[in-house]
Amino acid sequence: MKSMSRTSWITLAGMAALLILPPLFLWSGNEFYLQLATRLVILAIAAVSLNLVLGYGGLVSFGHAAYIGIGAYAVGIPAYHETYGGFDSIASYDGLFHVALAVGISALFALVTGAISLRTKGVYFIMITMAFGQMAYYLFFSINEYGGDDGLVIDVRSEVPGLNLDNPLQLYLLSYVALVAAMLIVRTIINSRFGMVIKGAKGNNDRLVGLGYNTYLYRLAAYVISGAMAGFAGALLGNFTTFISPEMMGWTRSGELMFMVILGGAATTFGPVLGAVIFILLEEILSSYTIFWQLPFGLILIGVVLFARGGLMGFLTTKWRKP
Amino acid sequence: MDYTLLFVQTLNGLQLGLLLFLVASGLTLVFGILNFVNLAHGSIYMIGAFIGASLTLWLGNFLIAVVIALPIIGLVGYAIEKFVARRLYEKDHLDHVLGTFGLILVLDTLAHLIWGPEGISVPLPGWLDGQVELFAGVVVPTYRLLIITAGLSVAGGLVWLVNYTRLGMLIRAGASNRTMVSALGIDIQLLFALVFALGAMLAGLAGMLITPITEASIGMGGQIIITAFVVIIIGGIGSMKGAFIAAILVGMIDTLGRAYLADIFALVMSPSAAETSAPSVSSMLIYILMAAILAVRPQGLFPPKARP
Amino acid sequence: MSALLQINALVKTFGGVAATDKVDLAVTKGELHAIIGPNGAGKTTLISQLSGTLIPDSGTILLNGKNITKKPAYTRARLGIARSYQITSLVMEMTVRQNVALAVQSKEGHAFRFIRAADKIAHLQNAALEALRDVGLDVRADDLTTELSHGEHRLLEIAIALATGAELLLLDEPMAGLGPEESAKMVTFLKELKGTRTILLIEHDMDAVFALADRISVLVYGRIIATGTPTEIRADASVRHAYLGEG
Repeated sequence: MKSMSRTSWITLAGMAALLILPPLFLWSGNEFYLQLATRLVILAIAAVSLNLVLGYGGLVSFGHAAYIGIGAYAVGIPAYHETYGGFDSIASYDGLFHVALAVGISALFALVTGAISLRTKGVYFIMITMAFGQMAYYLFFSINEYGGDDGLVIDVRSEVPGLNLDNPLQLYLLSYVALVAAMLIVRTIINSRFGMVIKGAKGNNDRLVGLGYNTYLYRLAAYVISGAMAGFAGALLGNFTTFISPEMMGWTRSGELMFMVILGGAATTFGPVLGAVIFILLEEILSSYTIFWQLPFGLILIGVVLFARGGLMGFLTTKWRKP
Repeated sequence: MDYTLLFVQTLNGLQLGLLLFLVASGLTLVFGILNFVNLAHGSIYMIGAFIGASLTLWLGNFLIAVVIALPIIGLVGYAIEKFVARRLYEKDHLDHVLGTFGLILVLDTLAHLIWGPEGISVPLPGWLDGQVELFAGVVVPTYRLLIITAGLSVAGGLVWLVNYTRLGMLIRAGASNRTMVSALGIDIQLLFALVFALGAMLAGLAGMLITPITEASIGMGGQIIITAFVVIIIGGIGSMKGAFIAAILVGMIDTLGRAYLADIFALVMSPSAAETSAPSVSSMLIYILMAAILAVRPQGLFPPKARP
Repeated sequence: MSALLQINALVKTFGGVAATDKVDLAVTKGELHAIIGPNGAGKTTLISQLSGTLIPDSGTILLNGKNITKKPAYTRARLGIARSYQITSLVMEMTVRQNVALAVQSKEGHAFRFIRAADKIAHLQNAALEALRDVGLDVRADDLTTELSHGEHRLLEIAIALATGAELLLLDEPMAGLGPEESAKMVTFLKELKGTRTILLIEHDMDAVFALADRISVLVYGRIIATGTPTEIRADASVRHAYLGEG
């Protein structure tokens, strides 16, 4: 139980720091750090949603960046048509509509690709989710109307009642609240009876099937929930960057999301967030020293895989316990 | 219908398929025998292209450059196996993916450091640069025929190697029974390293062969690796025969799809709708093919026998 | 006498070898029916076809008169078949109680219930604890499953099978790997259990089988060569010849 409270303590401290520090940066004149924190928190939402299937479910999805992209285009495409005409049925600046579209289409994409992918196991699942992610990438890559590989500029951010997303602080706080909500949703799901089946199937799928659970359906449901949440993160990211391109859904992006989850600690509430923080900060710091920053970065990633499974949360909660 | 064009496009598809086979065969070999998922296989393909390009420019002869570059890329593969891959075998597939993802960053940045950010293009020797009239009215670039010949020869060589040589026997035994191979007193670590190096040479060769058509560039590995994965998923991961058939299938469908999908769509929809939708669909065609095949056969077309 | 489980002419071959060769078997409601046979006789293959992990090549399996021959494993579990595994098969990363709670909640029809924490649902946890108490594992309820001894794992297997509420229990060598003391404990427990559920028991421990079973079927090379009460089986010449190695 001692490590339990340690875990909660780290989670609360970390989330408090994320709430307080970025606004302080803004007020001390460093808006850049608030921007960095916004990107970080939005990617953390995606990592938290990936953790539902990857960490708790043991399903190594290598295509989660696709949902971020779908979510972002669900903001960009309606806004594009509202500005430049055409496609009246979806032309809109309405933020709630954007979110509904982002979540709905992501869920649908997850349902269709998940239904096929989850029939496979192990390395097939890794590769097929990766391939479906690339399929989404090439789809947007080939649509010239929305800029193809050049991407699409979002001229007007989503209109949300009572909020102004052009205000960086408001956008940050919205993202922060969304992150907390995402963490709570995943936590609730994973402790529920549904979550027990998901975790049980990770540990011993045959046993769960033998108990009468059609684990395929449960996993598919988890996959859809996870995809929908990542799609929501994408809608936020589109509003943050105001520029979207297929590049944000490439397979290397999916790999980065996986790394955030593993780096921070899979199957923990705060792990993916911590992983996103470390990942983004490391990237930022290394790239400020050299344009060849990916060399040390890659070496660090290899080192993490070779020597530090269990992630930072595992490290923080077990190594400290010994006096 | 223009049958000459169809013939040329089919040859193009065959050429793409054979290049894909070179990359995918190494990938499936390494997975089948080492049970190792190597995302960085595309980076090896890229490094092969760069080494080949540098040597060509230095020696002034493309073919000699390829002959010298092959053992070099084999050594690169050997080094990667020794310093990174070997440490990952005992871990799970997720670790393979993450570890080799880190390796991609390292290798791509190293290539950037050594060869700079620009791509390197390579001139062909005069006798390869021309065109050949195969039969009346059908003219194809000589170099494409070389690629097709090389691809088919390598495929034949692999069949021979895996089925009729001592190394091949060990490879097949290693795939099905690791402990037996070690019990025979064979250095399994060396065997694995050789397999890895062989895979690297195959990928490197593909990189060298494509360079005169496109160029050697940093991003080239990331593009081909996904397609190579699609190939081995369709073929059945670990199956050489599956990799070959799937590679040709993917090469053909991708090439012919890009060439003819707009015409086919125009039969059932307005020309403008066909014109706009065809590029999107053709770019997704191989993924749709993959999804359709997996929906029926989750283990691909030729799943290898289950390992113990 | 009504048969809860009726197997007709069941065949399963692997590479030309019939692991199950036209097996006919009827398990009566409430009985403890043991299947014995030498190693490689096809006992586990038979159980796997009953639980649904293997699908037979031909023949039929009826449960309560319902044809379940081609039904997937999860459907059979829903219809009232629970299996314990010869090689311990548990969710090692979960606590002992959670393993059993998963069995208890399988009775609810579905688990698409996302809100309430499973650990806080009293009737689930109580039922799980009760099943653990039955096998004497309640003191270890909140330990991680991986921390349990082999003997405790075997007991937990039984507790899980019980907790599903299944009418038919398929117990695949519950005493595999147990010491004499633990075996004796298991026999005592199965004796108490007898009569409350229908049990198909596979076991190598002959003393246990003859002490427990109402009826015994002898499986040799995929065929049932005899079925009868323990006394009849003991006296059966063909069994003595083919299996017990006498005469």
